[in-house]
Amino acid sequence: MPLISLRNVTKSFPPGRRGEPLVHAIDNVSLDIEAGEIYGIIGYSGAGKSTLVRLINALEKATSGEIIVDGQQVTNVPDRQLRTLRLDIGMIFQQFNLFSAKTVWNNVAYPLRVAGRTRDEIQARVTELLDFVGLADKASNYPEQLSGGQKQRVGIARALATSPKILLADEATSALDPETTHEVLRLLRRVNEELGITIVVITHEMDVIQTLATKVAVMDSGRIVEQGDVFDVFSNPREASSQRFVSTVVRGIPAPDELAALRERHRGRIVTFSFRDGDSSQASVFLELAAAGIEFELVYGGINDIRGRAFGHLTLALTGADSVIDATLHHMAGRITVKELA
Amino acid sequence: MEDLIPLTPQLWEATYETLYIVGLSLLFGGLGGLLLGIGLYTTRAGSILGNRAVFGTLNIIVNIFRPIPFIIFLAAAQPLARAVTGTGIGNSAIIFTLSLAAAFGISRIVEQNLLTVQPGVIEAARSVGAGRLRIILTILIPEALGPLILGFTFIFVALVDMSAVAGYVGGGGLGNFAIQYGYRQFNPVVTWAAVIVIILLVQAVQLLGNVLARKVLRR
Repeated sequence: MPLISLRNVTKSFPPGRRGEPLVHAIDNVSLDIEAGEIYGIIGYSGAGKSTLVRLINALEKATSGEIIVDGQQVTNVPDRQLRTLRLDIGMIFQQFNLFSAKTVWNNVAYPLRVAGRTRDEIQARVTELLDFVGLADKASNYPEQLSGGQKQRVGIARALATSPKILLADEATSALDPETTHEVLRLLRRVNEELGITIVVITHEMDVIQTLATKVAVMDSGRIVEQGDVFDVFSNPREASSQRFVSTVVRGIPAPDELAALRERHRGRIVTFSFRDGDSSQASVFLELAAAGIEFELVYGGINDIRGRAFGHLTLALTGADSVIDATLHHMAGRITVKELA
Repeated sequence: MEDLIPLTPQLWEATYETLYIVGLSLLFGGLGGLLLGIGLYTTRAGSILGNRAVFGTLNIIVNIFRPIPFIIFLAAAQPLARAVTGTGIGNSAIIFTLSLAAAFGISRIVEQNLLTVQPGVIEAARSVGAGRLRIILTILIPEALGPLILGFTFIFVALVDMSAVAGYVGGGGLGNFAIQYGYRQFNPVVTWAAVIVIILLVQAVQLLGNVLARKVLRR
């Protein structure tokens, strides 16, 4: 059974002005997240992903549909029961949302106090958490004395305090510079691998999905338009919005304006070869082209690695007799994806 | 000047009375205003106890009472003061009325300062399972404490001002002293003595408020 399961979930907000239709922030979404996964949800701002993640810990209440977290209904349960549920779900935020009036220590201790742990338990747990995130020396500092990356590490320690099964990350790295982003992503990876915590990552940055997630769902206007293994979605995005996101990190097939520029600089026919883990190797393709006497030049593209599996799109300019090129491409077509760009 | 010296005991007595009236009014009014302000903040749409009807009612009540000039409010609320404190005149009556008026003023200051707390911080507290009362006591008030202290300091000064009319209902204090011994006896030196004491009082309290707020805000 999935750890988190959403069935036909809808969330509507009343319209900004009287007489206008309801705003469907989440529109009939179904989603399963298995224990141990790092599940990425990507979408532009306004796509509904922040609302979606808040349905999981019931910070927002679904208008209709069913949400089950760890075997427990989240929809239509009394507040008291929700508070117990939330002890099992940690959350981190884009703006960190640390308690500015409390020290780092007291920020991390807060969920434990809410959970009614004893002083000794709190003492031991906070020490352990600050060690885990590497901030033991900052225990008595206040949040404003920390850098952005340190603040998010405090946020992570606070979210993990009650040893939750699930960590929700709402744009957790969007306010950080690239280097700090990777530091926080590495920490999240450790949270998943060392502590076995299931992570749901909300982001608009495909880079975050690429380095962290195992599964991904692409959201657009409150719907999930595509979901699956990160490798599958990256190597073969089917929907237009998925393709746009993938193109931000993957140099795929050149866009029309790029193609025009390539044509100016290169003679011959321009063909994109798409490789996926398990397809024929690049070497065999190049050998075959060379054996047929076709002159080739790499003009665009790249090879990407997602969690140890490679894929990529290489665009070549081919020069030679048209009939030979046609025959060779036709011969390859069954083993890799070949697309001639008109 | 020689008129002031024999009045020195009365001046100290008046200073003490002002502190007594203002102190107790700040305590009762502060408490009432804090509760009312928290009520306004938490029942606002989208807040932790969002309730349009309750918010609307509180909002209208505060708007009705807050703009009434204090000297008129004092007279208008006299029957109420008599019902609650047993007397319509003297220091008890003025403390009651002053507390009531202050509560409405303070409620707006509390509401404004609570609104400066980042909603995300409240959300973070909700996300770890904290209940509403706990959020108010352990997150909301501590997060807004610096501006709240400055707000209460501001109200203290306003209360010193408002308490000056206590003499009209038989109360004491520096305002009454200045009118009774200074203004009515054509003795500006006495009036000015009361003014100077008030200035010193206000300076001292403002300094205290600033120091406390700086300590809480760590800047």
